Parts: sequence; C-alpha cells; structure tokens
Amino acid sequence: MAELVQLLFAGLTTGAVYALVALGFTLIFQASEVVNFAQGEFVMLGGMVTVFAMKAGLPLPLSALLAVLVAVATGVLLHRLAIEPAKGATVVTLIIVTIGASILVRGLAQILFDKQFHALPAFTGDEPLRVLGAAILPQSLWVLGGAAAIVFGLWLFMERTLLGKAVRATAANRLAAELVGIDTRLVLALAFAVSAAIGAVGGILVTPITLTSYAVGTLLALKGFAAAMLGGIGNPVGAVAGGLFLGLLEAFAAGWISSTYKDGVAFLVILLVLFLMPQGLFGRRAVERV
Amino acid sequence: MIRRRLLQGVATAGLLLAAQPLAAAEPIKIGSFLSVTGPASFLGDPEKRTLELYVGKINAAGGVLGRKLELVVYDDGGDANNARTFATRLVESDKVVAVVGGTTTATTMAAIPVLEDAQVPFISLAGGIEIVEPVKPFTFKTPHTDRMACEKIFEDVKKRGLSKVGLISSTAGFGASMRNQCLKVAPERGIQIVADERYAPGDTDTTPQLNKIKGSGAQAIVNADFGQGPAIVTRNVKQLGLDLPLYQSHGVASKSFIDLAGPAAEGVRLPAAAMLVPDQLPDSDPQKKVVLDYKTTYESTQNQPVSTFGGHAYDGLMLLVQAIERAGSTDGVKIRDALQATKGFVGTGGVVNMSPTDHMGLDLSAFRMLEIRGGTWKLLY
Amino acid sequence: MSPGTRTKIAVLGVLLLVLLLVPILLPSAFHLRVAALVWINATAALGLALLMGQAGQVSLGHAGFMGIGAYATALGPKHLGLDPLASMALGTLAAGLLALLVGRPILRLKGHYLAVATLGLGILVHLVIVSEVPITGGPDGIQVPRLEFLGWRLVGPELWYGITGTVLLLAAWLALNLEDSATGRALRALHDSEIAASVVGVDVARHKLVVFVIAAVYAAIAGGLFALFNRFVTPDVAGFLRSIELVTMVVIGGMGSIAGAIVGAALLTVLPQALTLFHEYEHAVLGFLIILFMVFLRQGIVPGLAGLLARRRLA
Repeated sequence: MAELVQLLFAGLTTGAVYALVALGFTLIFQASEVVNFAQGEFVMLGGMVTVFAMKAGLPLPLSALLAVLVAVATGVLLHRLAIEPAKGATVVTLIIVTIGASILVRGLAQILFDKQFHALPAFTGDEPLRVLGAAILPQSLWVLGGAAAIVFGLWLFMERTLLGKAVRATAANRLAAELVGIDTRLVLALAFAVSAAIGAVGGILVTPITLTSYAVGTLLALKGFAAAMLGGIGNPVGAVAGGLFLGLLEAFAAGWISSTYKDGVAFLVILLVLFLMPQGLFGRRAVERV
Repeated sequence: MIRRRLLQGVATAGLLLAAQPLAAAEPIKIGSFLSVTGPASFLGDPEKRTLELYVGKINAAGGVLGRKLELVVYDDGGDANNARTFATRLVESDKVVAVVGGTTTATTMAAIPVLEDAQVPFISLAGGIEIVEPVKPFTFKTPHTDRMACEKIFEDVKKRGLSKVGLISSTAGFGASMRNQCLKVAPERGIQIVADERYAPGDTDTTPQLNKIKGSGAQAIVNADFGQGPAIVTRNVKQLGLDLPLYQSHGVASKSFIDLAGPAAEGVRLPAAAMLVPDQLPDSDPQKKVVLDYKTTYESTQNQPVSTFGGHAYDGLMLLVQAIERAGSTDGVKIRDALQATKGFVGTGGVVNMSPTDHMGLDLSAFRMLEIRGGTWKLLY
Repeated sequence: MSPGTRTKIAVLGVLLLVLLLVPILLPSAFHLRVAALVWINATAALGLALLMGQAGQVSLGHAGFMGIGAYATALGPKHLGLDPLASMALGTLAAGLLALLVGRPILRLKGHYLAVATLGLGILVHLVIVSEVPITGGPDGIQVPRLEFLGWRLVGPELWYGITGTVLLLAAWLALNLEDSATGRALRALHDSEIAASVVGVDVARHKLVVFVIAAVYAAIAGGLFALFNRFVTPDVAGFLRSIELVTMVVIGGMGSIAGAIVGAALLTVLPQALTLFHEYEHAVLGFLIILFMVFLRQGIVPGLAGLLARRRLA
C-alpha cells in the first residue's frame, strides 16, 4: 500500500508538470494549429528568472511575478516577431520557427543566467508528510494544487468570458470567427501569452522539487508534446489527462517493471494507445473536407 | 673573467636577437574542445573558464619558452561527432601544438584517433578508464577514473562493516561508465550489489527506484552521476526517510551540490580531490598551496564557487606547459616524451607520476574521503 | 524533354559540379571531413524529404533509422565477426524491415499523431542503444573497425569524400527518378489530398508505406556510412535532437524539393562550424538564423530563391 501511494504521488507530481506543458501546447494549437516546441522554454524561464530575482534580493512572490511577466513577454514577442511575420506559411514551417525560437531562448538564457543547476526553497518546508505509509513532499501538494487551480481558472476563462469565447470560436473556425468581427490576431497573441504564463507558473512550482537550469526546456517540450498527443491534441481535458497519465506510466514502470526502460514503456503505451485510438484518448475525429 | 662575462653577454644577446622575432611572430597554439553547452556544461563551463584564465596569467608572466600562448577553444555541445570534427579542425586548420580538452569520455574517445594520427599530444579532462587503458602514445588524462571512485567508496563501506550495496546510476555517460566499473570491482572488494537501479538524465523524481532499493536489503546506497541527478537522489533519500549511508561520487564535487541538495546532504560521503577542502589539509600536505592558489584565483575572478572539474583543466594546462618547458620545444613527440616523464607534479587532483605505461599517474591516495557536515565538506581521511 | 527530366539533369549537374569543385577549392582534411558529413546528412535528409515533401508525412524519429544503420555497422564485426560492409547491408535491411513492419499501423495516423508515433519509435531505438551497454558500448560510444576492400584499407578524407559524394549522387538520382515516376506523381497527389488521390485510384496506404521504407533505407545507409567514415559512433546519432535536425534540414532547404534537402543539410552542417566565430552567442545566432530563414523564405531556400528568380525574369 505504502509503495502504491508513493508511486502514485511520484507519478502525479511529475505528471502535473507534463500536464501544464501539454495544456500550453493545446492552447496555441487550438488557436493556430502550430505545435509550439518553445513551450518548454517558458517553464525554464519561470524557474530561472525566479531563482535569479531571488538572488538579487527580491522576495519569492515578487520574483515569481517577475518570472511570469518575463515569460509572457517572451511569448508575445515570439508571436509578434516570428509567428505573425510567417503568417500563411505551412504548419511544418511554423513548427520549425518555434524550434528556432527555443534554440534562441536557450542560447540567450545560457549567457544571461549561467550553466549551473539551481534550486528554490520549498514554499512550506521540506518535512515530508506521512500519507498511508508513504512520504509526500508538501511542495508536491503545491504543484498538484497549483495545476488544478490553473486548469479551473482556464476553464472559467474559456466558458465565462467574452475573450475566452472568442478564443474558442477562433479554434473552431478561424474564418467564421473573423467574419463575425473577432480579431484573430489578438486571440493568437493571447494564446501565446496565456501559454507562456501557464508554463512559467509550472516552472516556479516544480523548481523546489526538480531543480532547474537553462537547458531543462527541451526534455519538457518532448514529454509535454507526447502527453498532449496521448490525450488528443486540441483538447484541454485530454492534455491534462495525458500529462498525468504519462507521469504515472513513468513512475509505475520505474517501480514495477524496469527503471532502465521506464521511458520506453511509456512510449510503448503511447504507441499502443494511438494504434487503438488514432485521435488520442480524448481527441475527436476530424473530418477531412475535399 | 671579464672577457668570459663579455662573451656570455654577447652570446645571450645573440640568442635574444634570434629568439625575439620568433616570439613576436609565433605564439604557441594550444587547442581545446569542451562541452561548454549541453548536458555536460556543468563540467565544460568551469573547464573553459579555467583555461582562459590561466592562459592569460601565463602570458602576463611572459609566456612559455619566451613565446605567448594562444588558446583555441571550440564548444562541442557534448556531441562526440562534433568533438571529432573540432579535433580535425584543431589539427588541420589551427595547427595546434597540443590539445587540453575533452569534457566527457565519449567526446574524448571520438577525438583520440584524429589526434593520435597527427601525433598531437592530448590531455583529456574526462574520467573513463578506457582513455588511458590500454595506453595510447599521445593520449593522457588528468581526472581520477571512475574505477578508483568505486574502489575508494567500497573501501569505506567495508570499514563501516557493511557489504550490501544498492546502486543507483544515471543512464548518461558518466553514470553508465561508473556503474560498469562498480559492478566489476564489487566482487574483488567483497561487496555484494543487491540492487542496480537507473534513471534517465533529466529525471526529476527517483523515489520509485529508491523504493526498490529500500526493499532490497541494501545496507548502503551508492549514486553514480553528476549535475542535477545526485541532488535529486539525495533529496529523495531524505524524503523517503531511508536511514542508510549514502555515497556520491567525485562527479558531485562542487559546492553547488550542497546548495542544491540542501539539508538532505548532511552525512553524505564521497571520494574527492583535495580541492574541496584546502583549509583542512595539514600544512605538510604538498597539495595545500597549489589547491589554495587555484581556489582563490578562480573564485576571485569568476564569481562562482570552485569545482574539481575546472581543476582538471588547470592540471592539464600546467602539465602541458611544464612539459613544453622541459622539452624546450613544441615538437609533438618531444612534448609527449616530456609529459610521460612527469614525476612529482603537484596538481589539484593529486601528485602525478607518469610513465610510458601510465598516462594518468594518480593512485588511490589522490582521493580523499569527505563527508558533508554542517553544510560543508569535512575531510575524513 | 519533359520539365521533370530537365530538373533532374539540372540538379544532378549542379551537384556533380559542386562535388568536383569542393576538393579543388578547399583541400584540407578538415574541410573534406565537413563536406563528407554534409553528403552523409544530405543522404538521410533526402529520404526524409521524400516522405515529407512527397507524402506529406512528418517523421520525428528518423534518426532512429540512422542509428540502426550506424550501430549495425559497428556491432556486426564486433559480435558476429562479419565484414563491416556486410553488416551495413544487414543494418539497412533491418531498418527497411522495421519500417515495413511498423509502417502500416503508424501510417494510419494523421499529422501530429504520426509525428508522435515516429518520435516514440526513435526514442525506443535510442534507449536500447544507450541502455544495452555490454552490446552497444552505451553512451560512451563504440569504435568501428577500418573498412578493408580486397586487402585495401579504406582510409583518408579524400577517399571518404569520394565515397560519400558518390552515394549522395546515386541517392539523389534515385530520388529524382522516383519523384518523376508514376508513383511519384501519385505521391504528390497524396500530399494535396489523400481522399482525392484514393478517389482517382491511387493505393494511398501502399504508396505511403513504400516511401516510408525508402526513407528508412536512406537513413540507415547514411548511418552506416557515417559509422564507417567516422570509425566511432555514439547514441547521439539516433537521438531526438538529430531527428529534429533532419526535419529542420528538409524544411529549411524546401519541403518537396530534392535539391532543397541537400542545401538544407549543407547549411545546418556547415553553419555550426562558421558560428564558432560568435563564441558563446553561437546558439542564439543559430536559432535567430533559423527563424529568419523561415520567415523570409517560408517555402524553404531552394523553392524560395527559385520563386524570386522567376518573378524577376517576369518583371
């Protein structure tokens, strides 16, 4: 039992980060069909800016706010200076643009910050909580709670605000949205800004557990992408479910099957799921118009 | 008497005249390829800073053989294929006299054939034992091998009267190589490996693996990795409340490990070079002065704590400079001969005694056993 | 002469000219090594260009096939006592068979789902190479024996420049023929619309599979050549970043353009060598350049420049 709970929490904590990255992918994908491979860099910026702002003497909440602002500015700049000018290019071309952007952000981060690993202090102490014989870090609860709050906030925004409805309309049919007077350019910029903020918050929440460095973005982008696809891209519920599922897969594969091949087990399951459900767990079947 | 003086003076002047234009025209080129970015940037970055820092200092002090040193550094990003291309470039385009570099075993092994073919002396900064075993004519290395780390750790485990070890290692180069060596030397040292768990580079939670070690009957845990992994493992051991002695390797030997692992680092032991504890060395220790000098110079110019990795680069550069001076030449074969004749060189990694059959020149005494106490290193023996 | 034949002759002619000129203009072993790497990468990119440009399918795990070719060439002689060349042939066969086997289910997926499935495939190959240390040498890599042919030792940058260049020329010739064949035209139709293609009687699934296998074989050959030429391989050859690099080569050069794949491969192989000039800024500059190319030549370099030229001629 203790082992089960331990693995469960290990998987959920890692999975929550994947879920937030996947959610970022989904938002931008909905608005533009672009898979933004620079998504992991937002997580990196969240952690690194907070670390360096605290080193400069700012308190944690202010540092975190600054980090989110920096990430959002990066996201908006990415849209304005790279995605917007390439408007009309094929989706694959836009994906390469985001890959270029992630190399650029990482290249600048290694100069502006440094190449060392950094930690943040846990928000509410390091003393593990005992749950059914398992030891859970309080920070894990922050990560899970934070992820849940973000998902709920995003749902409220999408369902209850005019802007949110504009985003959904653009996602459903861009041309129709433009015809009813929605500024789709603004919607797309907004999608980049919100994705960046989500990524940055995720980065701040997990850095006390996972540590951070200028280079953590690549792996997160890869895992987040896999999670988004597993859930069914373009579906926020799918993104969260896919992220948590991937995290759990890795933890249980490491604990029960083979720690060497845990990533292999995770990707085998993804392949299997896609063979059986080619649109992912929650994806809808798209109809191709001829 | 006076005539002799005069003659000497004339001869010296003549030598100076002959040497002068040469010194002005031709610096001695030293090449380097390092993993300044990528997964091993944690090691490559301080190595690069050290080389640049000390080449500048040597030049300010008049250079070598009356000539300035010129350093050519390329960043291989941790990719072995890039390393080989840059090694070719150093030999063919830059025409370097010798190479000090190769952050990882993979980048080093990829470059060796190129440098051996060109008969360019090469001092590697990587740990893998295969670099100098079997001995290759022009290849040397400065860091301790991972096999030595395993031996030192197992020695300490035995001293504590324990014998069952749970191994947890990264699947990346350093971890995989040290895991291999530990599995190999364990039986010779009377150690039984009861668990052999691994994690991928970049993994941020190792509690599933440690949970398995918990159930394996291990009496001590050995972690083979550098960078972020060891800090995560150390924190996870604390989180799970595993009350077992935890050993890290020389791969974590920098102050940032203690900062990253936080209070969980208390009681962790590791084999490391004297570099980490210069103040605790007795005054009679030959390494004390060298290590203190390097530490002060590095920390006062780079604004970051010293690590043993930068020290490997310091040792490599100094070994090379002294060899060039002894050889009195920049000819590859002559430098090589001088390098392997190195005796009693005191570096940050230990006292180096090379020979044609030993191109590393360190023994187990170069490793100290340290324990982390009160947030800092404590020299045990 | 049909327009297809004219393009074919133009592309092969220019390629041959470049192949002959490089050793005359840049004779140092370093330059020849970089050039040989360009030819090897271009061979792999060519296969991917067929898959992406012709069949409209993205593979994010293509380096996996390169890894199979490279490691087969390294491991055959070590563990089975085989000739390196025979091992390379076996590796190529294995890569082709694997593509054939997993191709059917994987290619049923569309767009990004296909991308993540190929990504998974690449990661699995990489993971096996990294983890099975006693067999593969693990992350520290493995030496590859010298190639001997009729008692001749095949060494020297000039020789390998020639071998890799010849292979690329052959690969380009085959790819161009494929593009111009009935199958190729069917594939191009497929890129535009699968349903339309199947309505006019093209066996979509079969063609996709054929191209997938061809792309895998090209990558495996490139991997094998790399192992023989480099005489040392590490798991990086099969890594995720290599796969991304290959895709970037194809897109930057110009999707759907055989010449584009070669230009893209040349650019991404030579650029890091040129960017060492910028020292610590080299990665930032590389990222910036990729964005710049994609924004201003969004169809890729070759089609983009061709378009510019055509417009000027009209004006």
